Amino acid sequence: MTAGGRGAAGELRIERSGPLLLIQDAGRPGQAALGVPASGALDPVAAAAANRLVGNGPSSAVLELLLGGALLRASAPTWIAVTGAAGALEVQGPGGVRPAPWTAAFRLDAGEALAIGPAQYGVRYYLAVRGGVGVPATLGSRSSDTLSGLGPAPLRDGDVVPVGGVDPIGPVPPLDLLPASAPPAGEVTLRVLPGPRLDWFAASAWDALRARSWTVTAEADRVGVRLDGPPLERVRDDELPSEGVVTGALQVPPSGLPILFLADHPVTGGYPVVGVVRRVDVRLASQLRPGQAVRFR
Amino acid sequence: MTNAGRRLLPSGDAAVLVDLDALDDVLRLYPALRASPPAGVLDIVPGARSILVTCDSDVLPLAALRAWLAGTPAATAARTGTAAGTGVTGSAGTVQIPVRYDGEDLDEVARLLGTTPRDVVRRHTGATWTVAFGGFAPGFGYLVSRGAALAVPRRPSPRPLVPAGAVGLAGEFSGVYPRPSPGGWQLIGRTDAVLWDPDAEPAALLVPGVSVRFREVGS
Repeated sequence: MTAGGRGAAGELRIERSGPLLLIQDAGRPGQAALGVPASGALDPVAAAAANRLVGNGPSSAVLELLLGGALLRASAPTWIAVTGAAGALEVQGPGGVRPAPWTAAFRLDAGEALAIGPAQYGVRYYLAVRGGVGVPATLGSRSSDTLSGLGPAPLRDGDVVPVGGVDPIGPVPPLDLLPASAPPAGEVTLRVLPGPRLDWFAASAWDALRARSWTVTAEADRVGVRLDGPPLERVRDDELPSEGVVTGALQVPPSGLPILFLADHPVTGGYPVVGVVRRVDVRLASQLRPGQAVRFR
Repeated sequence: MTNAGRRLLPSGDAAVLVDLDALDDVLRLYPALRASPPAGVLDIVPGARSILVTCDSDVLPLAALRAWLAGTPAATAARTGTAAGTGVTGSAGTVQIPVRYDGEDLDEVARLLGTTPRDVVRRHTGATWTVAFGGFAPGFGYLVSRGAALAVPRRPSPRPLVPAGAVGLAGEFSGVYPRPSPGGWQLIGRTDAVLWDPDAEPAALLVPGVSVRFREVGS
């Protein structure tokens, strides 16, 4: 172990990418005036935890895997930790198959592969590799921005990802297991504050937003999560001049059904924002599954 | 309160939306905010009638952010010229963009305005434009100008693919597509100027506050 060093450089070969496999770090905050979305890991707490488990700094680039079904083979001995969504993890090696732990560091030997099964809880796995994912940065970040196409392209079958040799690392911490719980399967409650255009809605809309249980639709990606339920009533139908929108905003298009904006959301929008989810709760939305219930409090 | 017409609207626990009466107010307040951000301000995002300011509320409490936004006097006149630190000064602090005025919608724009295509070109090149705000895509700037008299509606249906460098008009705005994308603006010309280069510093040629002049070049 090279404590304080940069780690031996190796590679992960993407034998199966699953539905969407992205490289993410802390994103590109502070450049919204240029039209650049913040992007970055949708669940930054899970990403930072995975990094910590393998001795990386909190904002080293990790892999963000949607739903599972990926197979990654290591070219050299590689420490890995998986957090976020929870599902079956196994290491496939010449000596057979063994289970791999969730939210704990484990080692792949050269030639071994990590198979990540379908997510049972949540939708986004985070995989940290010791030394970080070593792709070039764009505008200060290695994140894939799915809206504007900045950063590395989504990883595909056969791609090879350089590992280590980029970010400074410390020792792999002597932790058996991080005290993390799997994303909840039932109704999720997100704390919400009034939005800038609450007055564009009927007086009852603020209570209506919080009284109902909303359903996550299949239109849920890194840009936002579209919710279904009884539409919120607007009292103004004119066009809103384009204005800056925050991550966590509940933007309401003419349908009356809110969209919860996540990290890749456009920096400005033309529909009124009825409410804004508290910053620390936004990450909970990144693990919502289609059909799952959401309540705003 | 000297800053009448400035409404601070809530936008969650880490941002405030400054709602203003007109785009002119945005153009006067934005440079003032850009010139004096306290520690903890993350993003200052101008819009058509508003400015969104986000912060790290561990460093800058929301109340302190609101006090700064309420108390900062706007510039007395909309400042044109280059935004601080952009380094994209042309002559007289203005970005010059060479344009071939051969856009597919030039005739239609002239018809909508009741004039000739040559007059559209004359108005577009005769005006001084200011980047008011961005947001459609990285490097896209909404340009405004006093007295250009070029306001036209968007196309009835957007084009699936507008090439990089296309120069367009929509509403009170002009703009240049930084890279290929779908788009509904009326296209009047094209430029070879590089609007967006993620490897350059800054990555965007047209950042809010910058002045722009269009110059006609031959096809």
